[in-house]
Amino acid sequence: MKVLLHNRSMLPGAILTLLFTGAAIISLVWVPYDITILNIADRMKSPSLLHPFGTDQFGRDILSMIMVGARTSIAVALVAVGIGMLAGVPLGLTAAARKGSLPDEVIMRSNDLVFAFPSLLIAVMITAVFGASALNAIIAIGIFNIPVFARLTRGASLTLWSREYVMAARVAGKGRARISVEHILPNVMNLLIVQGTIQFSLGILAEAGLSYVGLGAQPPTASWGRMLADSQTMISLAPHLALFPGLAILLTVLGLNLLGDGLRDLLDPKLRRSRA
Amino acid sequence: MLQYFLKRLLSLGLSLVAASILIFLALEVVPGDPAAYMLGINAQEDTLNALREQLGLNGTILQRYLSWAGGLLVGDFGTSYTYRTPVSELIGERLWVSLPLALYALTLSTMIAFPAGIWAASRRGSLVDTGVMGVTQLGVAIPNFWFAMLMVLVFAINLRWFSAGGFPGWDAGFLAGMKALTLPAIALALPQASILTRVMRSSLLDTLGEDFIRSARAKGLTKGQAMWRHALRNALIPVLTIMGLQFSFLLAGAIIIENVFYLPGLGRLVFQAISSRDLIVVESVVMLLVFAVIVVNFAVDLAYALVDPRLRRRR
Amino acid sequence: MSLLTIENLSLTIHGTPILKDVSMRVEAGRILGVIGESGSGKSMTAFSVLQLLPHGAACCGRIELSEQDLLAAGEEELCGLRGKEVGMVFQEPMTALNPLQTIGAQVAETILVHERVSRAEAMTRAAEALRRAELPEEKFPLSRYPHELSGGQRQRVVIAMAIALRPKLLIADEPTTALDVTTQAQILALLKRLVSEDGMGLMLISHDLAVVADLADELVIMRTGEVVESGSAYHLFRNMQHPYSRALLQASGHVPERSGGAQEVPLLEVRNVVREYQTHLHGWWGKTTQFRAVDDVSFEIRKGESLGLVGESGCGKSTLTRAILGLEEVQKGEILFDGEPVIDEHHANREVRRRMQVVFQDPYGSFNPRWRVDRLITEPYHLLDAPPLGAARDEAIAEALENVGLSVDDRKKYIHEFSGGQRQRIAIARALIIRPDLIILDEAVSALDVSVRAQVLDLLADLGGKYGLTYLFISHDLSVVRSITERVLVMNSGRIVEEGPTDRVFDEPENDYTKQLVAAAPVLPADVA
Repeated sequence: MKVLLHNRSMLPGAILTLLFTGAAIISLVWVPYDITILNIADRMKSPSLLHPFGTDQFGRDILSMIMVGARTSIAVALVAVGIGMLAGVPLGLTAAARKGSLPDEVIMRSNDLVFAFPSLLIAVMITAVFGASALNAIIAIGIFNIPVFARLTRGASLTLWSREYVMAARVAGKGRARISVEHILPNVMNLLIVQGTIQFSLGILAEAGLSYVGLGAQPPTASWGRMLADSQTMISLAPHLALFPGLAILLTVLGLNLLGDGLRDLLDPKLRRSRA
Repeated sequence: MLQYFLKRLLSLGLSLVAASILIFLALEVVPGDPAAYMLGINAQEDTLNALREQLGLNGTILQRYLSWAGGLLVGDFGTSYTYRTPVSELIGERLWVSLPLALYALTLSTMIAFPAGIWAASRRGSLVDTGVMGVTQLGVAIPNFWFAMLMVLVFAINLRWFSAGGFPGWDAGFLAGMKALTLPAIALALPQASILTRVMRSSLLDTLGEDFIRSARAKGLTKGQAMWRHALRNALIPVLTIMGLQFSFLLAGAIIIENVFYLPGLGRLVFQAISSRDLIVVESVVMLLVFAVIVVNFAVDLAYALVDPRLRRRR
Repeated sequence: MSLLTIENLSLTIHGTPILKDVSMRVEAGRILGVIGESGSGKSMTAFSVLQLLPHGAACCGRIELSEQDLLAAGEEELCGLRGKEVGMVFQEPMTALNPLQTIGAQVAETILVHERVSRAEAMTRAAEALRRAELPEEKFPLSRYPHELSGGQRQRVVIAMAIALRPKLLIADEPTTALDVTTQAQILALLKRLVSEDGMGLMLISHDLAVVADLADELVIMRTGEVVESGSAYHLFRNMQHPYSRALLQASGHVPERSGGAQEVPLLEVRNVVREYQTHLHGWWGKTTQFRAVDDVSFEIRKGESLGLVGESGCGKSTLTRAILGLEEVQKGEILFDGEPVIDEHHANREVRRRMQVVFQDPYGSFNPRWRVDRLITEPYHLLDAPPLGAARDEAIAEALENVGLSVDDRKKYIHEFSGGQRQRIAIARALIIRPDLIILDEAVSALDVSVRAQVLDLLADLGGKYGLTYLFISHDLSVVRSITERVLVMNSGRIVEEGPTDRVFDEPENDYTKQLVAAAPVLPADVA
């Protein structure tokens, strides 16, 4: 608790993150207005007590749509981070355990290759073949996350492999796989958690971008990016349509970034001086 | 130096071949007959056959790849089904919007990030530092297409300084073209400038903590002299890496931002191609962008060698 | 009047006191040795003179350089002094130079900062400074980059930078700690020569009494930010008053008492071992060259013996260690432990492995920071087919900890809760827990302060007698090897160049390299140690 208060970015980061995850979870059981019901009479209302964020061109409550949209954003980004970690971390560990060997070369070269495909391009390719959906957004962002985690894991692991405690474990007769799990993984975990929050926030941005251009979640799934796309033609008539979903994205990403910074400081005091 | 260059060049070539195979295979997995997929269910049999012929679908997968890749080498990307013009012409036209946009944004982002990063690092812990870090924290978090929409609202709709979208073409004059690209470039540059500022600052702070900075100070250099003469060039190495990576984000980001401003660039082209199932155009644009990313990273590798003497002699 | 006068200097960093009432003087043409273990504040005293202190530092007291008050001087005035009146040499030559600039440019910079001269003239004078630091332009052109030089050569560049303008005062902060013994001797000789040629005052900071003993005219001994004793070196060495300085002196010459002796039976036999590495000159498809790290090495260790292996960095002793431990295969020759090969059919021989353990140099990097002590020291149980469990395990842990002078309650602590010396004790407990016959001590006391080092050596001698252990003691430090081994091997560029009883090898070396090594090793005056 003391650490939380001492750390300038941890507390606001944690609050913002909790706010949006909370909203997403609550939306599973309750939202102020049902967003599947269109109410043309109430369309494009400015923010009021009844509709704190106003209503859209079909008379749907924007607060409710943002709550439901949080679900899409968070789910897509979280699963994409999961894919990146589950595939990337073992690859990075394997590459580091056999540095300079053929598997290392193959893993790192293919990583470099995947890195040349920004997630948007992967999404473009997938959509061109299979059509657009939230699942494709997850796959596209997830694939892009794999080399991120693989590189990070390999780099951090390599420094650990030169530590004397790894040598001591080898003297104790332990194999490379066992050492990777017992000694390397726990000591790169901090870095992975911090990078995880950063990729989570990048994933939310990417999902919003993909939905905005129509490569992500399709109607009727609510999504922040699509709310923005829908609002674009009406931006001069009803700016609030564009304001609130954008703020939701901004604050969620900001919250996660602050949380990541805070975690980094918390987990590794050595990095405190040189934070980016 | 030559060794280093040759090694990089070889790995550049290998990456390009691998990337082209990847893209080719990805679009090969289209379920069923690609020609039928592209034309839809109501296609005439003779149009289908013509398209199959044009796609070279009658050969083996290897033959098809080789003819496609061979075409790429001489700048022949095939013919677009929907536009009925060579894809290379389509891309050529659009490139004149997308490429200037990406370069404009890169220039803006560098021009903002370098001074801001250096300023923040040289007054570490001060109000300036805190301010710069706060702004960049927001800049990293803001979705650039939303920021673009807000700018349209303020500068185009309310203040009427810029038009809300569209591109007059370079025929209308260089300045008119640049003016149309200004809001998009700012929107693209803002997040990248924020990231670059943060990287510049932290890299510079790391370097300022090095022993050789202390040596320089012991020679009688002031803090400022030590920073400009010794820290800056050393700090540049990680900054270059990030700039290389950013180029790919700028290209990809440009696709989205073009949508906000209705710019006739590669982004609009690719989305129209997706909706009309024009796989050849999609394939070509993706290949072109990946090519650009790989080449830029190659250039970054070479830049390393210019900055760092240790690499010139390296294996 | 003294060249440099420090009087009642106190220093705090963010409110934490670092120095308390420190006073010392440096006279022109004389050498002041400042001795202290880590945390004694010796380096901070040096940085205070140049006023190159970390953020949040506050000084009070008096520092005068030729009657100029440095604490009252402004930043501009100080920049004018640094490099011109006061030069400084640092501990770590590998990082003290800007990797992106040529050595010529970096030395010339000292001149260009202080004098209005052309670049060409500055370069000429830089070449002269480098020549005085014994890096003649013919062999070391000014266009060299730091990465093209060895550690000792880089330190010469740093010295050239510091003396280019012939300052009145030179401060050298552990200038040879990161260097090999022979290089150390050369650098020390160079510093001594420069002092007598230029009539500079030199403030030589070191943790090693022996390094300073040869050189210093006056001595200051520091401990936890305070001066405990000072005076002329000759007098001080023979009349130490303060208990701390006496302990320091005794510890440096400490010889642990050992019991038990070697039997005539070999425990480990190394026969004609060769270990080569392929280095790729130009990428993985380019030409390769063979590098022989270990070149036809043969020796044996007898049961109960304590054998030393000395050599400078890069001589192949680490590679040899890994080969003995069965971590790396050798290309030629064989390594037999009690008659059994260490590596059998490309697999490490478990039977042999459980009879050998190792203690490494770095007390900080030797332990997984996320494990508790009990798990750490029982890691070698992995080698046993049926490791003790439950109460038997707890008992073994308790015994191991008590054996090395720690308490049973320490078993649930994490490694960061221990000091460097305690960590080496834990490393010894880990090596001992499966009761091996042979323990390889790879620079095991090199990172420790002298007083702690003496205690750990005593502990090793004790345990050796108690459990009939055989030691292979690998070190670059001749005095340590001399104090704890009976027989010694001298290794140079992958070969064993001399072998024999420790006293004989060190007193009457036969091989040229050994002679060089022994001559270079700093020693305390004979009537002191």
